Amino acid sequence: MAATSTRYILICSGKGGVGKTTLTANLGIALAKQGARTAVLDADFGLRNLDLLLGLENRIVYTAQEVLAETCRLEQALVKHKQEPNLALLPAGNPRMLEWLQPDDMRKISAMLGEHFDYVLIDAPAGIEGGFKNAMAAAREAIVVTTPEVSAVRDADRVIGLLNSEGVKPIQLVLNRVRPKMMANQEMLAVSDVTDILALPLLGLILEDEQVIVSTNRGEPLTLTGNSSPAGRAYTNVARRLQGEEVPIIDPSKERQGFRAKIGRLMQTKIF
Amino acid sequence: MTLRDVIDKLLGRQPASANTAKQRLQLVLAHDRSDLNPELLQQMRREILEVVSRYVEIDFEEGDVTLETEDRVTALVANLPIRRAKLPAPAPISEPNLESELSS
Repeated sequence: MAATSTRYILICSGKGGVGKTTLTANLGIALAKQGARTAVLDADFGLRNLDLLLGLENRIVYTAQEVLAETCRLEQALVKHKQEPNLALLPAGNPRMLEWLQPDDMRKISAMLGEHFDYVLIDAPAGIEGGFKNAMAAAREAIVVTTPEVSAVRDADRVIGLLNSEGVKPIQLVLNRVRPKMMANQEMLAVSDVTDILALPLLGLILEDEQVIVSTNRGEPLTLTGNSSPAGRAYTNVARRLQGEEVPIIDPSKERQGFRAKIGRLMQTKIF
Repeated sequence: MTLRDVIDKLLGRQPASANTAKQRLQLVLAHDRSDLNPELLQQMRREILEVVSRYVEIDFEEGDVTLETEDRVTALVANLPIRRAKLPAPAPISEPNLESELSS
C-alpha cells in the first residue's frame, strides 16, 4: 500500500566535504531505529560513498538505473541494513554509467520508494550543476548542511537560492563541525550569525567530534551503536525533531565548563 | 565592544576573526544574490553619486553605496553625507511640475 505521507528530503550543501553523507547515514539509521521505514538514495553516483559509511559497500548488486530499465525489481536493488532492517540503501547509479539519470527518472524512482517507505532521504552530490538538479527533482523538502566557515556558508546560500526557486520547502539547516572553544573565542562564526545570514530555521547543531571519523572507518554510523558521543546524540536529535518531537538544541557555550570557560565568557562581556 | 576587544587593542593583537568573517560573508552574499558584478555596481555607484551631486554637495570621502542583505532580501543602501544644498535648485524636473500645478 502506498504511504501517502512519505517525506522526500534532499540533503545538500553545495560545498563538498561538509558532512552531507555522514548526516544522511546517521539520520537514516536514527529514523529507522525510531521505527520509521527509511530509504536512503545515493544521488551522488559519480563519487558515491553512502554505501561505505553504512558498511554496505560489498552488498550492492543493482542500482536505480537497472530498476528503471526494468532489468531488476526494486526489491532486488534495495540493500537492506542487517542490524537495522527498517533502513534500505539504493544507489542511483554507478561511476561507470555513461548517462546520468534525468530529473524525470529521479522523480520516478523516488515515487517507487515512496510506496514502501515513510522517509526517502536523498543524498545530493556537491555542486549546483546537473547532478544536484537531478537530485533536487525528487525532493519535496530539504536539509542544508553547512559548517561555520565562510566558503561553506556561501555555497549553502547558492543552494538555498536554487531550492527556493524550485519551490522546495521547508528548508532547514544543520550546522556541522561546531567547535565551542573557537566560537567562545570569537574565532568562528556564531550559530546566530549563520542562521541569520542564511535565514533558515536550525534543525540541528553538531559538534566537531573525532568519533565521526572512527565510525566511518568501521562503516557503523554513530547512531547505530547507540554511542553516547556528542555527535551521535546530535544526529539522533535531528531525527527526533524531523519526526516532530520538540528537542532543545544544545548551546555550544554551555558545552564548556570550568575556569577557562568562565574566563572566556567574561571576555565576551560587552563593556561599551 | 567586548572586554576581549579592548585587551586585543591594548596588546596590539589582531581582533578575533569571527566578525571579519561575518562582514565579508554579508558583502559577498549580497553580490551573489543580486547577480551584480563589482564593475556594474561601481558604475551604478558613480552614476548615483553624479545624480545626487546635481542637487546637493556630498562628501565623497565619507559617501558609500553598498548592497546589504537581511532575511534573503538585498537592498541597495546609499549613505551620502550632505555638505550643503546646491543653490539655486536645479531646474529640469521641478519647473514643468510647477507650471502644471499652476495651470490646473
